[in-house]
Amino acid sequence: MENDKVVVVPCSGIGKSLGTVGRVATYKVIERMRPEKTRTVCLALLTMGDDDALRLVRENPCIAVDGCPAQCSKKNIEASKGRLVHSIIVTDFLRKNRNLKPEGVIELNDQGDKLAEVIAEDLSERADEILRKEK
Amino acid sequence: MTLATGKVGVICCSGEDLPEGTISRVATRLVLEKLRPDQTVTLCLPLFLAGGEDERAFARVFPTIAVDGCSKKCAEAGTKKFSGKPVATILVSEVMKKYPHLKIKSREKLEPQEMELATKVAEEIAKKVDEILCKTAKK
Repeated sequence: MENDKVVVVPCSGIGKSLGTVGRVATYKVIERMRPEKTRTVCLALLTMGDDDALRLVRENPCIAVDGCPAQCSKKNIEASKGRLVHSIIVTDFLRKNRNLKPEGVIELNDQGDKLAEVIAEDLSERADEILRKEK
Repeated sequence: MTLATGKVGVICCSGEDLPEGTISRVATRLVLEKLRPDQTVTLCLPLFLAGGEDERAFARVFPTIAVDGCSKKCAEAGTKKFSGKPVATILVSEVMKKYPHLKIKSREKLEPQEMELATKVAEEIAKKVDEILCKTAKK
């Protein structure tokens, strides 16, 4: 397994703020909460079948972070024969946190950022759990 | 076959792993929200694979501009592979060469200098949108 890291893959979700929430949550995890345990990969590279991207998702446990039920990240990891071990959809977290209504795609509003924080905490715990089991 | 729709499709790579990917994404949204809201539409690139025939018809219905962060050109190649050949490609790394004073490092929230670069990229996309619509109108 390359560098013992969990690969967190957000969808590209450019049409809705839900996509930005997933993207921001991913950066919170890989840059601040668990930088030593996680990383990401460009989803478009996977879609294109890039050799390095394929190797990365096949050799490391992956978490798909999708904005909407189309689940582009999950489906692309599966199509790439990646090691998908967990997947989340932002709308599921939104249902449990109805007071946190995300707005904005270029830049999230404060509520959207808080929702991303909630998701990032969950993803971080998942990454810890996954790496514990991998040992 | 490209249908006359009066709109141009803009597909960006979104490149989650690189700051250039975030620039491609923000620039595309600036075009859709502010510069040419009535003349442009977009689609998530991975939907070409995850979606159905409606999504894959995108570049056959709309003349399309690919916006790529790096030289791997995933948006251009992906659009061509799954939907149809883009009419034009804007490469963030090429635009950056024109503005060497604008440095980028953020993937999450863009700093003012990075937003300035995204705006420059957006202006290039908007210019290309106008060129395409002008040619379409002349036909």
